[in-house]
Amino acid sequence: MHMADALVSPAVSGTMWAASAGLIGYCSKKVKKEIDDRKIPLMGVLGAFIFAAQMINFTIPGTASSGHIGGGMILAIILGPYAGFLTMASILVVQALFFADGGLLALGCNIFNLGFFPCFIAYPLIYKPIAGKTPGRARVLGGAILASIIGLQLGALAVVLQTVMSGIAEISFTSFLILMQPIHLLIGIVEGFATAAVVAFIWRSRPEVLERAAAGTPIGALPVKNILIGLLIAAVLTGGAFSWFASTHPDGLEWSLFKATGEEELAAPEKGVHTSMAEIQSKTAVLPDYGFKTPEAEASGEEKWPAMDAGTSVSGLIGGTITLLLVVMIGYLIKKRQKAV
Amino acid sequence: MAKIESAFFDIGYMDTLAAQDTFIHRLDPRAKLVTTLVFVVTVVSFDRYAISAFIPFFIYPIVLIAGSNLPLPFLLKKLLLVAPFALLVGIFNPFFDREIILKLGALGISGGWVSFFSIMIRFVLSVGAALILIATTGFNAVCLALDRMGTPRVFTIQLLFMYRYLYVLVEEALRMARARALRSLNGEGMGLKVFSFLVGNLLLRTLDRAQRIHLAMFCRGFDGEIRLVRPIRFSVLDFAYVAGWTVFFILLRLINFPQFLGKWITGLIS
Amino acid sequence: MSHHIVIVQDLKYAYPDGTKALHGISFRLAHGESLAIVGENGAGKSTLLLHLNGYLTPNQGSIQIGDYPMTKKTLKFIRRSVGMVFQDPDDQLFMPTVYDDVAFGPMNLGLVPEDVDARVMQALNTVDTSHLKNRPPYKLSGGEKRSVAIASVLSMSPDILVMDEPTSNLDPKARRKLIELLKSFEHTKIIATHDLDMVLDVCDRTLVIHEGQVTADGPTMEVFQDVALLEQSHLEQPLRIQGCPVCCSAA
Repeated sequence: MHMADALVSPAVSGTMWAASAGLIGYCSKKVKKEIDDRKIPLMGVLGAFIFAAQMINFTIPGTASSGHIGGGMILAIILGPYAGFLTMASILVVQALFFADGGLLALGCNIFNLGFFPCFIAYPLIYKPIAGKTPGRARVLGGAILASIIGLQLGALAVVLQTVMSGIAEISFTSFLILMQPIHLLIGIVEGFATAAVVAFIWRSRPEVLERAAAGTPIGALPVKNILIGLLIAAVLTGGAFSWFASTHPDGLEWSLFKATGEEELAAPEKGVHTSMAEIQSKTAVLPDYGFKTPEAEASGEEKWPAMDAGTSVSGLIGGTITLLLVVMIGYLIKKRQKAV
Repeated sequence: MAKIESAFFDIGYMDTLAAQDTFIHRLDPRAKLVTTLVFVVTVVSFDRYAISAFIPFFIYPIVLIAGSNLPLPFLLKKLLLVAPFALLVGIFNPFFDREIILKLGALGISGGWVSFFSIMIRFVLSVGAALILIATTGFNAVCLALDRMGTPRVFTIQLLFMYRYLYVLVEEALRMARARALRSLNGEGMGLKVFSFLVGNLLLRTLDRAQRIHLAMFCRGFDGEIRLVRPIRFSVLDFAYVAGWTVFFILLRLINFPQFLGKWITGLIS
Repeated sequence: MSHHIVIVQDLKYAYPDGTKALHGISFRLAHGESLAIVGENGAGKSTLLLHLNGYLTPNQGSIQIGDYPMTKKTLKFIRRSVGMVFQDPDDQLFMPTVYDDVAFGPMNLGLVPEDVDARVMQALNTVDTSHLKNRPPYKLSGGEKRSVAIASVLSMSPDILVMDEPTSNLDPKARRKLIELLKSFEHTKIIATHDLDMVLDVCDRTLVIHEGQVTADGPTMEVFQDVALLEQSHLEQPLRIQGCPVCCSAA
C-alpha cells in the first residue's frame, strides 16, 4: 500500500527520501558499470510493461474481488536487484505524478517500501535460494509466492512505522499493525500467485530468459553480507522502536490489555504517545511554538491547548472563511484575465 | 478493462494540458519543481491540528489552475479517485482522539475530528500540487529538470524511456485484453490461468521489443551512453517565481493569517 | 574492383538453435544502385539485412562494405556508413522527442552540438518533418513515424541505406510520398519488401531469395517476367503489370 503526503511528517519523509535517493544513486552506478548495454532499453520497456500489466485484473477464485501483479519481484527476477529497483522507482514516480498516488514527499517512502524490500530482501534472500540457478517449476512457484508475501509484509510494516512516527494520523501502532499486516498477507499471497503464474509461463515457453537472468546475477556478486547487516540494523531499530513504545508508554500496552479485558481507557494512553511525538515534532518543526503543546504545559496538567481556546477558535473560523472567499476571488479574477488575453 | 483505458486517456490528456502555452507553462521546469516541493514540505510541516492556517495555502493551486488553463473538474475527479487511502487511515483519528479541543457554541469538536479534517486538507493540497506540476510542466521536462539538478543519468534515462514506451505497452495490453474479452462468455472477469497467458505473452513481446530497440540503437552507433541535447536556461523571472512563492509560503507558515484576520474583525465588531 | 560498394561473398548463417537461414548468398552492388530483395516470409531477407551492418556475424563467407572488410575492428566504421531502417518505427524512435531521436546518431558520432543541429535539421527537412521536431513519438501518425525513422538514420550521413518493408502500414498518400522520397535519394539502397509495385518505381535491380538462397538476380523488369519463379517465392507480379500485354511480353 502506498504512503501518502497527507499522513507524513517532514522528518519521516526526509529520512526516507535520503534512503531512496541513496539507493537510486547506488543502483545507477551499478547499472552503469554493467557491460551489457541491452539493460538500458530493457529496463525502460519492462517498466512500461509492469505499469500496463498492473492494470490487468484477474478474479480471485471464490471471491468477488480481483488481484493484479505486484511488479517488484518480476523486475528483480528478470533484471536483477539493481536494475529492478531503478525500474520499480521509475514506475512509482509516474504513478505519483500522474495518478496522485501518495504525493511527492511520500514518494520517498514508497520507493523504499515497494522497491527495497522486494529487490534487496525478498529476491536475494528468499527467491534466489529457493529457485536456484536452474529453476524447476515448483521451486519457481514456491519462491515467488514466499518472496512476494515477505516483501509485502515488510513493506506494510514500514508503512505502519512511517505513519505512526509522523504523528499526523492518530491511529495507534498496534491497531494499525493489526489492520495492515493481515490485509497485506492476503495481497501478498494473491500477488505471489500472479507473479508465480507469469514466471511459470515464461519458464514453460522461454526458459532461457530465466536462466540467463539467474546466471547474470550470481549470488556471490551480491553483497549478501551487506544485506544481512542491513537486516540486522533494521531488526535492532524495530526492536528498539517496540521497546521504546513499551518503556515510555506502558499505557500503550495497558490499553491493549484493557481492550482485551473489555475496559476502555482511550484518552490517557493517547496523550502519552502524543507527547513524545510532540517532542520529536518540536525538534524538527520550523517553529516549535506552532507545533504540539509543550511538555511543560503537559506536565502542569493543562488540558487545553494554548492556541485552542474558545475565542481563538471562533475568530479562526471567521478569519478562515473570509480568507477562503478572498482566495477564491483571486482565482476567479485571474481566470477572467486569462480568458481576456 | 475500463481501468486501462481511463489511465491511458489520463496520461495522454495530462500531456496535452502540459503542452499549452501560458506564462506558467513557459517557466523553467526546475523553478516549478522546486516551488512545488517547497509548497508540499511547508504544508506537511504543520502540526496535526492545523486547519485554518492551511486556507491561504489554497492560493497556490488556485492561482496556478486559473493561470494555466487547467480544467478544475478533471483535477478534482482525479483527487476524488485517490482520496480513499488517506481517508481510510485518517478516519481512525476521531476514534483515538476524543478530547474536545474546539467549541462552537454548544457543539464540541474533538481533536480527532480536527486532525481528520487536517489530513483531508493536507491531502488535497499536496496531491493537487503534484498533479498541477505535471499538468503545467510535462513529464519529459520534469525529467530534464531532475537531470540538470543532479539525478543520476541512468535513472533519468530510465524515466524517459519508460514514459515513452508507456503508451505503446498500454495500447498493446489494451488490445490483448479486448481480444480476450470479446472471446469470453462470462464477461470481464478472467481466471489466473488466462491472466498468466495474457500477461506472460505481453512480457515475451516486451522482451522481443527490447531486443529490437537495442538493435536500432546499435545501428545508430550506441556506445552505452545516452546524451541529452536540451539546453534550458534559468532566467531572472524563474528565480523571482521561486523566491516569491517561497517567501509567501514561509510567511504563511509563520503567521496564521485567518486567525489574524478573524481576531481583527471580531475585535472590530466587539 | 573497388567501385563496388557492397560485396557479399558466399554468406552462410544458421541461428543459435541450429536452423539454417542463409545457404551461401553472393551479390555485388555498385555505388548508387538500388537493390530490392524479395522473397516469401521466412526466406531469410531480414537475416541477410542484419548482416550488412554487422549486427549478425556470418558462420561462413565474407562481407565487404566500401573499402572495409567486415571484421570486429572495422565494425565502427561500417556502422557509420550503413543506415538501417526497420519495419516497426516504434522500435526506432525511443527518445523523448523527434529532435532527440534524429540527434541520437550524430551525438554518438561525437559531433559538437552545432553540427548535430545542422545534421538534424537537414535530415528533418529532407523528409519534410521539421515542424514535428519537438513532438514526442507517440503523438505521430504512422507515416510521420516512418519519415522520422528515416530521418534518424539520414542524420548520420550514411553511404548505404538499408530498409526493411518501408511501405508497410502506410496509407496510399504516405506511401506515394515515401516512394518519391526514396527516388530522390542518391544513396545506394537495399530494400527488402513485398511491395513489388514500389520496387518497380524505386529499384533497378532485384534479388529473389528463396529458402536462404538466391534464385534470381538481375534487372527488375526481367526478374518480374518470370512468373513461375515469383510463384515459388509466394509472390505475384506487381499489380500494375498483371494483365498488361506490353509489360508481359517484354521477355
